[in-house]
Amino acid sequence: MSIKDKIKKVSDNIYEIPGSFNKSMRASGRFYIADEYFDDLEDGAIEQIVNVACLPGVQRYSIGLPDIHFGYGFPIGGVAAFSLRNGIVSPGGVGFDINCGVRLIKSNLKLEDIEDKLDELTEKLFKNIPSGVGSKGKIKLKKDEINDVLDYGAEWAVKNGYGWDEDLEVLEENGRMVDADSSIVSDKAKKRGIPQLGSLGSGNHFLEVQIVDEIYNEEAAKVYGLEKGMIVIMIHSGSRGCGHQICSDYLRIMDKAYKKYKIKLNDRQLACAPLDSKEAQDYIQAMAAAANYAWANRQMMTHWIRETFEDVLGKSAKDMEMSIVYDVAHNIAKMETHKVFNREEEVLVHRKGATRAFGPGREEVPEKYREIGQPVLIPGTMGTASYVLHGTEKAMEETFGSTAHGAGRVLSRSRAKKDYDADEITSNLESKGIKIKATSKHVIEEEAPGAYKDVDSVVRVSDSTGIAKLVAKVRPLSVCKG
Amino acid sequence: MKKYEYFEVTADIGLKAYGKNMEEAFENAGLAIFNIISDTSDIMSVREIEFELTSEDEVSLLYDYLEELLFYHEVEFMLFSEFHVKIDENLHLTAKIKGEEINWDKHERKTEIKAITFHKMKVEKTDGVKLQAIVDL
Repeated sequence: MSIKDKIKKVSDNIYEIPGSFNKSMRASGRFYIADEYFDDLEDGAIEQIVNVACLPGVQRYSIGLPDIHFGYGFPIGGVAAFSLRNGIVSPGGVGFDINCGVRLIKSNLKLEDIEDKLDELTEKLFKNIPSGVGSKGKIKLKKDEINDVLDYGAEWAVKNGYGWDEDLEVLEENGRMVDADSSIVSDKAKKRGIPQLGSLGSGNHFLEVQIVDEIYNEEAAKVYGLEKGMIVIMIHSGSRGCGHQICSDYLRIMDKAYKKYKIKLNDRQLACAPLDSKEAQDYIQAMAAAANYAWANRQMMTHWIRETFEDVLGKSAKDMEMSIVYDVAHNIAKMETHKVFNREEEVLVHRKGATRAFGPGREEVPEKYREIGQPVLIPGTMGTASYVLHGTEKAMEETFGSTAHGAGRVLSRSRAKKDYDADEITSNLESKGIKIKATSKHVIEEEAPGAYKDVDSVVRVSDSTGIAKLVAKVRPLSVCKG
Repeated sequence: MKKYEYFEVTADIGLKAYGKNMEEAFENAGLAIFNIISDTSDIMSVREIEFELTSEDEVSLLYDYLEELLFYHEVEFMLFSEFHVKIDENLHLTAKIKGEEINWDKHERKTEIKAITFHKMKVEKTDGVKLQAIVDL
């Protein structure tokens, strides 16, 4: 019998795995998926929701979001909140690329302002923002300066000339988690972090020049400063080797800790420690440091993007009104207050491949967006549309203020390489007016749009279930891939 | 005998490495790693790096060893094509790895590996040694 036979449909596109499914479950499982994709969902991903529901101190539901797929330990597109009294923290619930995230920059430019210069713009963006496997950032940190990056994040970047003071107001956590402590980050993580600071990375990470294609909610779009036909820039990037190393370091530490604290696990990759333990507190501080690295990284790239636009278009970035709309983290764990059984409680929320989608009124949302709820940025795949949504009260009630983070892969990379040809993809995109620059043909084939689930359906389910509501659709004009 | 091979995983890639003993299998796992990142046949043995580590069990040793390869790749900005591994009965590993500095004009640029995972990681010792690992791309 398949695990799917025990699943109860709650309403359109929402499913529940009852707590009675398995004796060790301490909460029910609940996931959001397009009804027509239910049959395609891997049993493995559902089992992972169940495994997370068995962890100590898990609150209400172990949650899967509309882009849920199989991950390591926790599913990707997974959310779980843990009680501060008897809960845990798990590096596997955050993922290797700590604070992988998305940033959107707006402008007052229209298509006609850049059309003739799009080739030059794309070439120069590709050159000025290092990307791809084995790429170094282009700055040299002074000795020990990496500690400031880890402790102060985007604040460090702005203080050192990368960007504007007001940028910080529109970043999740204002681009700095204050819990970060560089002194407990390993030398190995710092060594990996130093040369790569200010680089995009590889795989599904990208830098796109986009145009606002459609507005679904005029009022919210106005508050976010978006209008149809506007040129915008999207960055999808993370904490590079620094974050990967911090995750690996703590997977090993937690691998010992869960045995020490006698926590029963269904999968070694759920390795975790009780929140009041030294191991857990250290991980939270090191993870916050990696998150800060990622915010500094995206901040530096923002600065170089502005410089490149200035160079190519001969106007200042301020004149082009290239301010940041928002910046979201989609691999992170955070202390937040949520309603748990009619009581406001502080919990540790793990979001792995999940975007925070805080609704109206939350103080964490920048003041200028507070009436609408925070902007939610959901990137598409190479050459396809991306979306801006807003957070909702429904998300606060049902998903600890979270929604989906992207499309989710359906074809393996080797399969994508067999099925697709880089030159064909490039000319196909060019026929749609999309320019592409990549460090290799491999990445173009591996990242072929057909290798991913349809992002439109992921966004549609977020919208129809109300765990984020659509504001705008943006489509790419040019893509830089690592 | 095959040194290594790959298997499909939806988002990432899996590798199996073979050897008549642990040491040879670990050496071949090194080759498998750097043929994901690049093509080892173009990587000259110009510079040598030496490292050692100890782990609590064989699977952890494989994890730690592969992580160490990624570390030197990123920090030394190098690609490696020659691996010499010694493992003693206390799971203490000594490795000498040879390669050269990355030059993307010369070396093939394939895929970045983010990290090694414990998912389905195996060290099997029947009829020689077979290693299995899935890497996060």
